[in-house]
Amino acid sequence: MDFFLQLLVNGVCVGLLYGISAMGFVMIFKSSSVLNFAHGELLALGAFFFLALITWAQIPIFAAFILTLIGCFILGFIIEKFFLRPLIGEKLIFVIMLTVGLAAMFKGLILLIWGGNLHTYPDFLPESLALKLGAIYIAPVYTATLVISIIFLVLFGLFFKQSSQGIYMRSVADNQKAALSLGVNVRRVFALSWAIAAMVASMSGIVLGIINGVNVHDLSSIGLKVFPVVILGGLDSISGAIIGGIIIGLLETFTGGYLSPSLRDVVPYIVLVFILLIKPYGLFGLVEIERV
Amino acid sequence: MGEILLQLNNISVVYSDVIQVLKGVSLSVEKGHIVSLLGSNGAGKTTTLKAISGLLKPENGEVTDGSVIYNGKNIQNQSPEYITRQGIIQVLEGRQPFKYLTIEENLRVGTATRPSKPYKQDLEMVYNYFPALVARRKSLAGYCSGGELQMLVIGRALMAHPQLLMLDEPSLGLAPLVVQEIFRIIKKINEEHETTIVLVEQNAHMALQVAHYAYVMENGKIMMEGASKDLADNPDVKEFYLGMAATGIAKSYKDVKAYRRRKRWL
Repeated sequence: MDFFLQLLVNGVCVGLLYGISAMGFVMIFKSSSVLNFAHGELLALGAFFFLALITWAQIPIFAAFILTLIGCFILGFIIEKFFLRPLIGEKLIFVIMLTVGLAAMFKGLILLIWGGNLHTYPDFLPESLALKLGAIYIAPVYTATLVISIIFLVLFGLFFKQSSQGIYMRSVADNQKAALSLGVNVRRVFALSWAIAAMVASMSGIVLGIINGVNVHDLSSIGLKVFPVVILGGLDSISGAIIGGIIIGLLETFTGGYLSPSLRDVVPYIVLVFILLIKPYGLFGLVEIERV
Repeated sequence: MGEILLQLNNISVVYSDVIQVLKGVSLSVEKGHIVSLLGSNGAGKTTTLKAISGLLKPENGEVTDGSVIYNGKNIQNQSPEYITRQGIIQVLEGRQPFKYLTIEENLRVGTATRPSKPYKQDLEMVYNYFPALVARRKSLAGYCSGGELQMLVIGRALMAHPQLLMLDEPSLGLAPLVVQEIFRIIKKINEEHETTIVLVEQNAHMALQVAHYAYVMENGKIMMEGASKDLADNPDVKEFYLGMAATGIAKSYKDVKAYRRRKRWL
């Protein structure tokens, strides 16, 4: 039972990370219908950027974390401005191929600078962050994950529900023509969704780097996990992405704990197939509001 | 004649470089007036509005000839972002709400032309015009009725403080009583805010009642224009748009003028 609870907690923490990283992916898809195949590389870029700041530049951890987020936010803007904007209005397949190209480029860049070996962050999380509930031990990194994830979720909830810019972003996702007719700056919305996606991806990249170590191949393959997560949650639902993330995270840790660690990357996909057989739009896919 | 707010000089609009929809349309809109644009389906009314609001571009259309002059400025083929910021807001045909946003969030999107300005007072103003929306402010627009949605999209446009409001078929698919209510409010907006309004309508009867001036379009051209009262008395308009023969009884199709029955090959 203790083992079960331990796995449950770890699974939820990792799952929240997957979910938040998938949220960035969903945001791009919702506003501009682009599937971003470079998502895993954005994750890795964030993790390596953080690594560079704390090991080479020796910047304090917290400042480095904030700097990485800001840096990746700007990077997202740049990606949109220089790579995606010229392709607005072109066929979607070109845009998707472009993101595949971006993925290869970023991966190559990281391999060039850091190589393909496993790097680790210095151990900076204080042991006092660890929680002990009975026999369950929550490692500091998982506590930190929980706290950061919840802060992010609350901030994004407020942003999309309350702020004007958040509402404009949702309006573009909802009905682009009507948004244009009201003077919503659609290009800015696209840019902002890339910026936010890159930022949350880097956040997940850093935390996953703390848990598993920093390695290009691992991190970018985790990026691929956003696909089962978002498909499970429904491709266009942000809350679905979070819940899909938690489900995949749980499935992974339970498979790893009870069956075999080598199966942990396979079982989530098998379960995914069964869920999709029953609910083809994903668990929380928007059911089209149909009214005449 | 008063000050001219908007002037179209002989504009042509072509979609995808080949399909010509407008063939030299000229019209002028006086400040503070309601101007109505009548015509059958495919006459080019909506295209005329889009040529003004800049919404042709996303549909691969272009003003190829002539000029659109608003407040003394040339605005043809500008981006919708620029044109909306000049004070021209178009309310699209078929309502087009943001289905997954609440009524209040929908209204807030109307502030996009002047972001980060206070909007509470404007919300109050819209709720004053459309009290029916107050009760539904927290519900998703996708679940509201057609009448509520029409009020919503007009209200959403008002949030932008338009100088020139262009309404594309506000009566589409609404019950007669609701149509009357909407037109009453359109007239009220025009009187209280001195908002200039361009009104595209199929319901010629209602449109001629509220408008000061009207244009009749056909086949991408203006066929007729005049003060609403004169047009309402015009025998041709009566026949084709108000559904009455000169004598007051409905006429048979075989008596309809020859040019209406000319074969069309395209």
